[in-house]
Amino acid sequence: MDIVVCIKRVPATDTTIKIAADGKSIEPAGVSFELNAYDEFALEQALRIKEQLGSGTVTVVTIGSKDAQKELRDTLARGADKAVLLTTDQWVFDGASTAAALAAWIKSVPCNLVLCGRQAVDSDNNQLPANLAARLGFACVTEVAKLELADGTFTAERDIEGAREVVTCKTPAVISCQKGLNEPRYANLKGIMAAKKKPLEEAAASLPAPALEIVSLTLPPARAAGKILGTGVDAVPALIAALRDEAKVL
Amino acid sequence: MSDLYKALDFFNVDELYSDEERMIRDTVRSWVSDRFMPVIEEHNRAATFPSHLIPELGEMGVYGASLTGYGCAGLSPIASGLICTELERGDSGLRSFVSVQGSLCMFPIWAYGSEEQKQRYLPKMAQGKLIGCFGLTEADFGSNPGGMLTKAVKDGAHYVLNGSKYWITNGSVADVAVVWAKLEGTIRGFLVDKGTKGFQGKGIKNKFSLRASDTSELVLEDVRIPASQMLPNIEGIKGPLSCLTQARYGIAFGAIGAAQAAFDEACRYSKMRIQFDKPIARFQLVQNKLVWMASEITKAQLMCWKLGKMKEAGTMQHFHVSMAKRNSCWMALECCRLGRDILGANGITDEYQMMRHMCNLESVITYEGTHDIHGLIIGRQLTGEDAIL
Repeated sequence: MDIVVCIKRVPATDTTIKIAADGKSIEPAGVSFELNAYDEFALEQALRIKEQLGSGTVTVVTIGSKDAQKELRDTLARGADKAVLLTTDQWVFDGASTAAALAAWIKSVPCNLVLCGRQAVDSDNNQLPANLAARLGFACVTEVAKLELADGTFTAERDIEGAREVVTCKTPAVISCQKGLNEPRYANLKGIMAAKKKPLEEAAASLPAPALEIVSLTLPPARAAGKILGTGVDAVPALIAALRDEAKVL
Repeated sequence: MSDLYKALDFFNVDELYSDEERMIRDTVRSWVSDRFMPVIEEHNRAATFPSHLIPELGEMGVYGASLTGYGCAGLSPIASGLICTELERGDSGLRSFVSVQGSLCMFPIWAYGSEEQKQRYLPKMAQGKLIGCFGLTEADFGSNPGGMLTKAVKDGAHYVLNGSKYWITNGSVADVAVVWAKLEGTIRGFLVDKGTKGFQGKGIKNKFSLRASDTSELVLEDVRIPASQMLPNIEGIKGPLSCLTQARYGIAFGAIGAAQAAFDEACRYSKMRIQFDKPIARFQLVQNKLVWMASEITKAQLMCWKLGKMKEAGTMQHFHVSMAKRNSCWMALECCRLGRDILGANGITDEYQMMRHMCNLESVITYEGTHDIHGLIIGRQLTGEDAIL
């Protein structure tokens, strides 16, 4: 099975974000980046499928600047066979544009299965998997928490409101991966050295004009200081009054 | 899940490392955060080593990582040093486990063993399926290992070993021990398998230091081993000393990790702890301590980077390693003492890691050549005068 894993380089979850001077983007200086956590589940699942079948390829693809080579090398170190960087200097925030560029590239390579994270933790759009599947004409299963492959059929489990849904599909398919699907492996240190010799190709991303425009970007308002109404049981009436009359949550 | 640890890199030493070296460092750092930090305090309390993690370290490839062939990773000296830094950021006992396995047990087999010995032990040791230990020190021969009393006597196709070794990391859990003993007055290395009749490891109890690490006595009473279990290609004290040079190199890098943990914890605490209506980080005396720690960590990072480059180039001498080991252990211990001071009373409980690292470092500054003995090695190099013998 030829598997394509779509990844994204995102600001690290513990980094401090500053808004750039244009008021529409983040200031990249001083921000540390990492592989989107959900994409780690996708990569791990791809490697497990390849190991289960004993054959096939795992190709990792991303769109972005050359800085994303670091995250691609990381996936090669963990066991991907090949990485492809679809280069652009634009900040790609529009799920439809991303899906269009990825679909155009995926159509040019052998691919039966696309695995992605359920969402990128920077933009939180949750658009890519479904949009990509539509453009490729592939089956689409999103937010998969358990996945099994037997006799060419995937059985996927999804957590839906108050229940677990089980669906099956055949390839070609796009499957997006939820936390809990697997425990991503650590890169093997020899794998890190070997990653240097694995192919990391670059091609220009064929991005259409974005269908969305970011009008403004602001940080959440600073949280106001708390108010201490008293201590112990004596403070309870004042707390109830404040919750009812000021916060209006009761 | 990651802990909050942030490593200090005040001089952007990172840019001196290769991409691969940084990736290797980051991988081990994540592993320590995710897998080791959640369990270390309970193991430290119980005085147990988290042995369930031994195979994971093998899968990653940290055992004997600088060696080539036999399933070893063949990493650069800098990469293997940075691994030690990250492991010791977790606990000196973790780094000790890996150092003993790689530098003290796998290294002599790799460097001085027969091909049959290498094939038999190294691949399994690289995977963590066989654990090794190193028996040089004896109860009465620490800084003076050449005075050892443990003896080997040839008996037909066998050697018979008698004696005992003390302060042996992994001694009770090891599957194989590299035991140094005098054969007709000359120090030779022998591979003694666990379960050999007359060979026993006895744990040393009630330690204040390296609690999450096995430290044992090895007892050898008429231990008969086949002649093929002697390391054929080395004799004399230079054999064990060459192993110690490898291990001391790892300690020089490793102790920086403990210092980093101390700085990270103290700095974060100083920003959170409010006294006199302001964070204690705003007090000059607290800042001065943090600055001292950061400066020493930075100096040690640069010294160890250069040490690694010399090792790579083949120009590293044992006295270079002595200076780096001595400096790193000293500054790390001082960092913990200053850090404990910043933590105030809170610093004496194991809710914070400071005193665990501090107590560990009392061993690390002592084993593999004490602070003073390394001073004398450096002094001998500087003056040409030998103050040891």
